[in-house]
Amino acid sequence: MMDVPSTGKMSRRTFLDYFLGLSVVAWLAAVLYPIIDYFRVPPQTEAAPSSVVAGSVKDFKPNSGKVFRFGNEPAILVDTPDGKLEAFSAVCTHLQCTVQYRPDMQRIWCACHGGVYDLNGRNISGPPPRPLTGYKVAVKGDDIVVSKS
Amino acid sequence: MNKESKMMRWLNERYNLSLIEHFAEEKKVPHFRGSFWYYFGGVSLFLFIVQVVTGILLLMYYQPGAQTAYESVRFIVMKVQFGWLIRSIHSWSANLMILSVIIHMFSVYFTKAFRKPRELTWYSGFILLALCLTFGFSGYLLPWNTLSYFATKVGTEIVGVVPFVGKPVMEVLRNGSDVTTATLTRFFALHVAVLPALFTVILGVHLLFIQVQGISEPESWKYLPESKKSHIPFFPNFVLRDVLLWLIVLNVLAILAVYFPWELGHKAEPFAPAPIGIKPEWYFLFMFQSLRFFPPKLLGVDGEVLGISLFGLAGFLWFLVPFWDSKTSKGSRNRIVNYVGIGVVLYIIVFTVIGARAK
Repeated sequence: MMDVPSTGKMSRRTFLDYFLGLSVVAWLAAVLYPIIDYFRVPPQTEAAPSSVVAGSVKDFKPNSGKVFRFGNEPAILVDTPDGKLEAFSAVCTHLQCTVQYRPDMQRIWCACHGGVYDLNGRNISGPPPRPLTGYKVAVKGDDIVVSKS
Repeated sequence: MNKESKMMRWLNERYNLSLIEHFAEEKKVPHFRGSFWYYFGGVSLFLFIVQVVTGILLLMYYQPGAQTAYESVRFIVMKVQFGWLIRSIHSWSANLMILSVIIHMFSVYFTKAFRKPRELTWYSGFILLALCLTFGFSGYLLPWNTLSYFATKVGTEIVGVVPFVGKPVMEVLRNGSDVTTATLTRFFALHVAVLPALFTVILGVHLLFIQVQGISEPESWKYLPESKKSHIPFFPNFVLRDVLLWLIVLNVLAILAVYFPWELGHKAEPFAPAPIGIKPEWYFLFMFQSLRFFPPKLLGVDGEVLGISLFGLAGFLWFLVPFWDSKTSKGSRNRIVNYVGIGVVLYIIVFTVIGARAK
């Protein structure tokens, strides 16, 4: 093949190489973009409730707890040994397992990594880095109503 | 002329099979004290084949969905003829395959078979191991039982903790912000379509590299004259030994599947507390146990973020071993590689045992 003297200008061959290369990149982007975007989950329009009935006063006794559904998340209602009702998000702040009330420890406990919270929702032992989100509790008639603060 | 040779001649006229014959005759495998470890690559391949066959059989009955996933697996186990056996073999062979792949990886590491010119074989093997673990993780959720539900919740949350990209990747994996039956659909697609396709392609590349470069000779043979090196022919000697080991593995698998059938557990209840004694599969146990030991905050960073970042970094350095161990490929001994390897093996064993014994 003959050497083409360099004139500082881009040769037709080099131009076509770049053009084809860019076309391939553009084609790949056009194919991959919709595929990647397809995996993005559309936002859910379902409204999260601000309060929920967690149960009836008759169903609870001191030193017990119950996990219940609050919108799309689990929440926990604790009837403390002193007979006080407290409610928190039941999602452990460590790695999102669902916590439970341990009457033997009188603490809220996570079975996954052994995180422990006191009855005010404060993380007191194990790996959880933050306290549980607290909710308001009100008794209306027989119903225990839990609402987001 | 007998029937077989007639058929061979017919094929040979059309496809020139003598090329394959010639390749099989020429191919040799180094034979030395540690050559036993070479067989774990083949065992992993055999278990992958078992996975594919039993997986296809399970697909004939399995139905993903909130009201059908658990019920269809229970139907397979309780009603379908030999369904319990197929499911048990699928679960046991998945676990044995991961064990075999891990042994294969460590044997390659300690024999330094990753050194030049086999770096790409190591990298592709590491990707295969990562895919195996993803296979295990995605398949674990499919029966939709309590343990698998929480394992998925924790596992995907770990992905979410990764700085910058974690949250969007977690949402893509979960098919939403929480683990729901939408996650089950996504994991099902991953487990039966995406991962098998990816795995088959990368496995093909991995095997191609091995065929092109031949099996790695031990490090100590570098300055040995050819006459002192001992080899066995790949065909039939190595293949027959491989097949014998495959038969032994199949028997072990059958014994495990029959005498220790895989449990189905209780159906997942997303709004129930995590069950007492919950643990991940044994191959994630050392990481699980380590995360339990991390304090809530360390150096101003959340313990789990630090723990997961450290595991990510360690995995990345392990992946890059052909890059940072430049000494071995130049022919000098690099004891640091051995010490690092022994340290990693001890760490994994100790933390797995602690995790298994923890209540």
